[in-house]
Amino acid sequence: MSLSQSQTAATPEAATSEIVAQPGPWDDDPVLKVEHLTMRFGGLVAVDDLGFCVGRGDISAIIGPNGAGKTTVFNCLTGFYKPTEGMLTMTQAGGGQYLLERMPDFQISAHAKVARTFQNIRLFGGMTVLENLMVAQHNPLMLASYFTFGGILGLKHFRTAENGAVDRAKYWLERIRLLERADDPAADLPYGAQRRLEIARAMCTEPELLCLDEPAAGLNPRETAELNELLRFIRDEHGTSVLLIEHDMTVVMEISDHIIVLDYGQKISDGTPDHVRNDPHVIAAYLGVEDEEVDEVEREVETGEA
Amino acid sequence: MTSETAPDSAPENAAKHKPAPPQTRDLAASLKDAGLAALITFALAAPIMGLHTMSLPGGGGLAIVPNWASVFISVVVVFVGRLLLDLFVWRRVVQIPIGDKWFRRPGGMPFARHAHRLGGVAGPLLLGFTIIMPFLPFSDRYIMDLSILVLTYVMLGWGLNIVVGLAGLLDLGYVAFYAVGAYSYALLAQYFDLGFWVCLPLAGILAAFWGLLLGFPVLRLRGDYLAIVTLAFGEIIRIVLLNWYQFTGGPDGISGIPRPSFFGLEFSRGDDGFAAFFGLDYSPMHRIIFLYYLILILALITNFVTMRLRRLPVGRAWEALREDEIACRSLGINTTNTKLTAFAIGAMFGGFAGSFFATRQGFISPESFTFIESALILAIVVLGGLGSQIGVVIAAVVMIGGFEYFREFEQYRMLIFGLAMVVIMVWRPRGLIATREPSIALGKRKAISGDLVGEGHG
Ligand SMILES: Nc1ncnc2c1ncn2[C@@H]1O[C@H](COP(=O)(O)OP(=O)(O)OP(=O)(O)O)[C@@H](O)[C@H]1O
Ligand SMILES: [Mg+2]
Repeated sequence: MSLSQSQTAATPEAATSEIVAQPGPWDDDPVLKVEHLTMRFGGLVAVDDLGFCVGRGDISAIIGPNGAGKTTVFNCLTGFYKPTEGMLTMTQAGGGQYLLERMPDFQISAHAKVARTFQNIRLFGGMTVLENLMVAQHNPLMLASYFTFGGILGLKHFRTAENGAVDRAKYWLERIRLLERADDPAADLPYGAQRRLEIARAMCTEPELLCLDEPAAGLNPRETAELNELLRFIRDEHGTSVLLIEHDMTVVMEISDHIIVLDYGQKISDGTPDHVRNDPHVIAAYLGVEDEEVDEVEREVETGEA
Repeated sequence: MTSETAPDSAPENAAKHKPAPPQTRDLAASLKDAGLAALITFALAAPIMGLHTMSLPGGGGLAIVPNWASVFISVVVVFVGRLLLDLFVWRRVVQIPIGDKWFRRPGGMPFARHAHRLGGVAGPLLLGFTIIMPFLPFSDRYIMDLSILVLTYVMLGWGLNIVVGLAGLLDLGYVAFYAVGAYSYALLAQYFDLGFWVCLPLAGILAAFWGLLLGFPVLRLRGDYLAIVTLAFGEIIRIVLLNWYQFTGGPDGISGIPRPSFFGLEFSRGDDGFAAFFGLDYSPMHRIIFLYYLILILALITNFVTMRLRRLPVGRAWEALREDEIACRSLGINTTNTKLTAFAIGAMFGGFAGSFFATRQGFISPESFTFIESALILAIVVLGGLGSQIGVVIAAVVMIGGFEYFREFEQYRMLIFGLAMVVIMVWRPRGLIATREPSIALGKRKAISGDLVGEGHG
C-alpha cells in the first residue's frame, strides 16, 4: 500500500499523521528550490512530486532507504536525467537564477555552479591527483589559453592563469592532506583519499552548491570525523551550500541543518534533525513498519513523550 | 552500493605498497625452470634435428648424419629465451581490483617501466639519427624512399594518436582524412593551378572540416558504434572518389600532380633548377632528400603540437574524457566540443600527410586509401602503446620496415602481420610503451603504469 493512499485516507482528525513539512529558515532564501519534481522510468516512478528547499549556507541532507530515489534526485539536479516534470531553480548569491531542468549537464556545473560527486567514485584514475584538480578548472583555463591558441604559443597570460590553477589545486590538496601524493595516479590512492579527492575536485569548479552522493560510504570513523570537518570548512570558509545523500546517521544528525527524508520517491519528512528524528513516518519507513501501523507507532511515540 | 566494495578495497590498497619479495629465490627458480625447458628441448631436438638421414650415392642405403650444432643452438635459445621470459614477462605482478572501476592488469617488463626514460634518451638520439640519415653512406635511393614511407606513417600514427590514444575515440576511418588531404591538393592544383605550399595548409583545413562534419552526427555514438560509423565514412569517401569520374578521375586517379619546389626552385635539370642555383651537379636524389626533410618537419610539427596540446586544458580534457566521460560533464566540460576538437585536429594532420603523399607520388587514385591503410595506422598506434609518441615511432619502423622486408612473400605478409599482432597483444596488451607521462607535476614527473590508464569507451 502506498503512502499517498494513507495520506488521502487520513481524516482531518488524524491530521497528525499527515506529512508536515516543518517550515524553516531554509525557505526564506533558498539556493535551490525543487518543485513538483517527478521522474519516471517507464512504469516506475522513482521520484514522485517532490518539493523542497535547500537553504543558502546550510548543510542539507537527503536520507531514505535504498532505492528511495535519492541518487535520481541528484541526477535530475545535475542534468544527467531530464525530469519528467518539475522545476528546479538555482539562485546564486549574486542573484542569477537558473532553471536546471532546462540546462545540459555540463552547463549546470559551468554556469549554474552546481557541482557533484558520485556514489561510485568517478575519478580520472590514470591521471595524477594534481591533474584531476586541473581538469576541474578546465573552463577558466580554456578561456585563459584563448581556446588553446594562446596556450600553444605559450603566452604569459595563460602561464599566469595556469599557475593560479596549480595554486588552487595545492590549496585543496593541503586541505585534504594529499599534497605529498599530488603526482601519484588517482587510482593508486586508498579509498578514503579517493573520496576526499573527489570532493576537492568538485570544489575546484568553485560551486555555490555542492551535491555529495554518500560521501561517508566506506569510511572508517576517523575518516568520517574528518569528512564532517571538511564539509563544515567548505560551508563556513567558502560559502558553498552543501546537499548530501547519506546513510550514516551519525554524519547526518551531527552536521546537517536540514534533513529531507524520501521513501519510494516521495518526501515523508522535512525539517531539522530533531524534527526528523522524532517523525513517526521516518521511524516507520526505516523500521519497515506497515502503513496501517504508522498511527500506532505515532501514538506510542506521543505517549512516550507525554 | 559502493559501501560494499569499500571495506575490502582498503586492505588491498595497503597490500599493494608492500615491498616486493626478494629476487634471489626467484632467480634460482627461473634458472631451474629454464634448465628443465632446455632439457626437454634437448630430448626433442636430439633425435629430430640432431640426426639426419641421407641416402648414400649409388643406392647404397641410408646413412645417419649427426648435426649437433643445431641441437646445441636450439637448446641455448630455449634456455635463454625461457629465462628472460620468466624473469621479465611472466613474473609480473597481477594486481587486485581497486575500487569498483580500475583493475590492474598483468604486464610490466622493466623496459616498459622505464619507458619515460627511454623516451628522454632515445628520443633525441633517434632525432639526431633521422636528421643526419640522408648523408650516411648506406642511404641509397631505396633506403631513402623507405624512410620517407616510414615517416609518413609515423606522422599518420601521431595524428591518429590524438584521436585514439588521447581522446579514446576509436576511429577506423582515419584514412578518409588522408584521402581528403591528398585529393584536396591534387584537385586544387589541377583546377586552380595552386602550388604545394598554398595547398598544404588548405588540405589540412579541409580535412579538419571533414572531421568536424563527420564528428557532429557521429560523436554521440560510443564504442563499437563509433568504430563502425567511422569505418563506413572511410569507405564512403573512397567510393565517392572512385565514382565521381568527371571530378576526381575515378579509378584512373589524378596524375601529373605538381612536385614541391624549394622556395620557388624546382628540382629540375634546367638552369633555374635547385642544383644549378646552388652550383651543384644535378641529381635526382636532391628531390628525395628534400621530400625526406619535408615529411620529417611535418611529422615533428605534429609531434610538437601534440605534446604541447597535452599540457594545455584541451589536451587534459581529452585524456579526462578517455578516463571518464560522465565525470567530465559533471565538471562542466563540454564533451561534444572536446571530442570534436580531437577529431578535427587528428584529421588535420591526416590531411597534411595526405597532401604530402600526393606531391611525393605525383599520382593518386582511390586504391591508395583502402581500409587496410586505416587498419595499418591503427595497428601502429595500438601496438606502439596508446598515447605514446615514441611507441608509435618504434611500431611504424617495425611494421612498415617489416612489410617491406617481407615483400617477396606477398601472400604471407598479412599472415605474419596478423600473427605479430596476436603475439604483441598477448604479450603486451597495452602496446609496447604502456606508460603515461603526467601532463603536469609539482615535483618529479612519475610515469603512470598503463594498467591504471583508461582506454576510452568510444
Ligand atoms: N536509469 C534508470 N532506469 C531505470 N530505473 C532507474 C534508473 N535509475 C534509477 N532507477 C530506479 O529508481 C529507483 C531509485 O533509485 P536511486 O538510485 O535513486 O535510489 P537511491 O535512493 O539512490 O538508493 P541507494 O541508497 O541504494 O543509492 C530504483 O528503483 C532504481 O532501480
Ligand atoms: Mg543512490
